[in-house]
Amino acid sequence: MLDVLTGFVSELRQAGLLISPTESLDAAEALHHVRLEDREALKYALGATLVKSSSHWRAFETAFEVYFSIRGPQFDIEATEPGVPGGEQPTRDGNGSGRGAGGGEALSEEALAEMLYRALLSANDAQVAALARQAVSRYAGMEAGRPVGGTYYLYRTLRSLELDRLLERMVAAVRSQVPEGHLTGLEERLARDELASRLNRLRKEIEDEIRRRLVADRGVEALARSLRKPLPEDIDFMHATHDELVALRRAVQPLARKLAVRLARKRRHGRKGPLDFRSTLRHSLSTGGVPVDPKFRYPRPAKPEIFVIADDSGSVAAFARFTLHLVYAISSQFSKVRSFVFVDGIDEVTRFFERADDVEEAVYRISTEANVLWVDGHSDYGHAMSVFWERWGEEVTSRTSVLLLGDARNNYHASQAWVLSEIRRRARHLYWLNPEPRSYWGSGDSVIGEYAPHCDGVFECRNLRQLEQFVGQLAS
Amino acid sequence: MAEESRPPGSLGFPDPGPARFASVPDVRERLAETGYLADEGTAGVVYLADRLAKPVLVEGPAGTGKTELAKAVAWATSSRLIRLQCYEGLDESKALYEWNYKKQLLRIQAQRVVDDDGHGDGASSATRWHDIEDDIFSEEFLLARPLLEAIRASEPVVLLVDEVDRLELETEALLLEILSEYQVSIPELGTVRAQRVPLVFLTSNNTRELSEALKRRCLYLHLDYPTLEREREIIKTRVPAITGELADQVARIVRSLRTLELKKYPSVSETLDWARTLVVLGIESVDAEQAKATLHVLLKYRSDLERAAKELSAEGSPTGAGSASV
Ligand SMILES: Nc1ncnc2c1ncn2[C@@H]1O[C@H](COP(=O)(O)OP(=O)(O)OP(=O)(O)O)[C@@H](O)[C@H]1O
Ligand SMILES: [Mg+2]
Repeated sequence: MLDVLTGFVSELRQAGLLISPTESLDAAEALHHVRLEDREALKYALGATLVKSSSHWRAFETAFEVYFSIRGPQFDIEATEPGVPGGEQPTRDGNGSGRGAGGGEALSEEALAEMLYRALLSANDAQVAALARQAVSRYAGMEAGRPVGGTYYLYRTLRSLELDRLLERMVAAVRSQVPEGHLTGLEERLARDELASRLNRLRKEIEDEIRRRLVADRGVEALARSLRKPLPEDIDFMHATHDELVALRRAVQPLARKLAVRLARKRRHGRKGPLDFRSTLRHSLSTGGVPVDPKFRYPRPAKPEIFVIADDSGSVAAFARFTLHLVYAISSQFSKVRSFVFVDGIDEVTRFFERADDVEEAVYRISTEANVLWVDGHSDYGHAMSVFWERWGEEVTSRTSVLLLGDARNNYHASQAWVLSEIRRRARHLYWLNPEPRSYWGSGDSVIGEYAPHCDGVFECRNLRQLEQFVGQLAS
Repeated sequence: MAEESRPPGSLGFPDPGPARFASVPDVRERLAETGYLADEGTAGVVYLADRLAKPVLVEGPAGTGKTELAKAVAWATSSRLIRLQCYEGLDESKALYEWNYKKQLLRIQAQRVVDDDGHGDGASSATRWHDIEDDIFSEEFLLARPLLEAIRASEPVVLLVDEVDRLELETEALLLEILSEYQVSIPELGTVRAQRVPLVFLTSNNTRELSEALKRRCLYLHLDYPTLEREREIIKTRVPAITGELADQVARIVRSLRTLELKKYPSVSETLDWARTLVVLGIESVDAEQAKATLHVLLKYRSDLERAAKELSAEGSPTGAGSASV
């Protein structure tokens, strides 16, 4: 077991979790107190000792399922449980034999669908689990040694099961059980949510089964490596998949909230001004005139004013939106925030944020309503900059910090870098955040090199971690 | 396996003392007797906390029973609950201990009176001052605050450090010695050690990242919204006047609401408030209109209320072909 634990801990580290030696000792110690055959117990024991942040829980779960998928009482129950169709055994020895198109395919497709329907309708979990295994052997088409990911097999299985139709059929069945076959809107909604949650459990069973088979085929370490996903804070803005974008969106809200709390506290506490002589004396009356408790003036430092100017085209749009989200989430830290987005044309979008009580909604409206196109919808930094200067340049003052966001890939247009030097002359600070890896800067049509000399700083900002760090410093 | 014996203190683990719970099911049952329904994972972590002599850091959305868990464990183990409520600006003198300086001053004053009366013997003032100093920095002049109190207690204790994320990062350091050594060092007095390692719970709403040092010392428990089945049982336990049918409906509606995109999801305490409201109104089975009329107990934002009202009353079509999104 200790070997498995060592491997598991090193997998978690590879996935980006910081695990100290103390914590792996704790995990080993915790294992003395749980039954190792009990997969649930194993999971909470390892989770409680090794994972100290809920945003890392997914990474933990993925690794856990791979490392410990072959354990668990359900496999012992399976063979003996009455009423469960003679499903094939998943391999328990882990050397990858006897899977795939083996036995246990006695059920016809129709029979399988029918049994699944009944099992789901009557919420017979054990039966659903057994049928999920059957469905995988019948539909996933898994072959040993094939280098495809689990999602491919999952997709194939789910497609064959036609869950949408199954759901409608079950809803109809529920409806037919009430007098006159009429459910109120509320009743129907609740019935649907219940059935959908059962389908989710089925889906999870199928995923588990596929994973078990993949582990048996490829071995634990190889599979864990191929399933490894970056933590939300490390996801690359420019190459995020759809699922990763969802994870990012979920991560940005709590991040923004934490940042806001941290900054608000700092503003209140961190800055002690000069000694307030009068107040100190006044307070010393209660200690017989001895000034034991010095009082300080709290200066009200001027809050900076922020202009965000963001490239909102294709691959960098996600970056622009997360940055705007974060900046607006802490907008109370600034005396004013104004935002502009551009592609080849440029538009001020401050108005979307002024009335919205929901930053996310405002960010969404930018993509549908902002007027950022001019000629062909390919980024033209030069044109966007000159128009900005013409229309809003005068409003940049010595209190303004200007943030430029983008990869500076200019499609070989003129850079008009002079605008930046004008902006900097007026502004308090001018910063550039680039979501591309530093090593790509200046390659191809990237003109970041022409803009950089006019900025107070140019920062690589590829993920939430880097973004949070920058925004935090900006506001403090 | 739980019975495996090892020399106390090996591997640097503090001696956990005799087990407070016989097993994980025992934890669940005894918590249930206090009215707290824990899931397997929660009960498991409580069991481990006792066996490993480690504090538990409980994190999760508001109103999911973090604070209540510590209270329930105290009840179940017949321990005194000592609570440190954290807030911004909480400092050592409120969390750990403070010298009772008024009493100290009085003591010094009293000494002066004795001296002025001329009863002072020949002892030099230096030795006299030394005696006084020893005296005024003794237990008698010490005001124990929750952390020290928990360490000094002779009876069984559960220490709850509530909402630890409100402490400033620097103040968090005050906790470290207690959480790993179960002791408090007082420069003038020496080190106070716990006679028995207390069970410690820290709760956090995750408004800021806690320090690695703190997290390293704790077991971590994420308390999320309960499953449908458990929430239904919680309702029945906490609102005994409710009918089984209504409890089921309430739990289901709340589950459905939590699948929507809302700004703030209903917590367990709000679920309970809603259930009580419905009972008070004499409702036995809730329909869409009644639900809509009382939703404000569950949801706090106007936009959430509007969205929920719309979703809940969308009329299902009696002929089938429902189009509600799932
Ligand atoms: N598992 C449970 N069993 C019984 N009651 C529960 C359970 N979970 C929550 N509750 C009920 O929910 C209420 C809220 O719980 P509690 O105050 O502990 O939440 P919390 O997580 O500490 O919230 P906050 O983050 O706002 O401090 C409790 O009064 C309790 O009645
Ligand atoms: Mg609480």
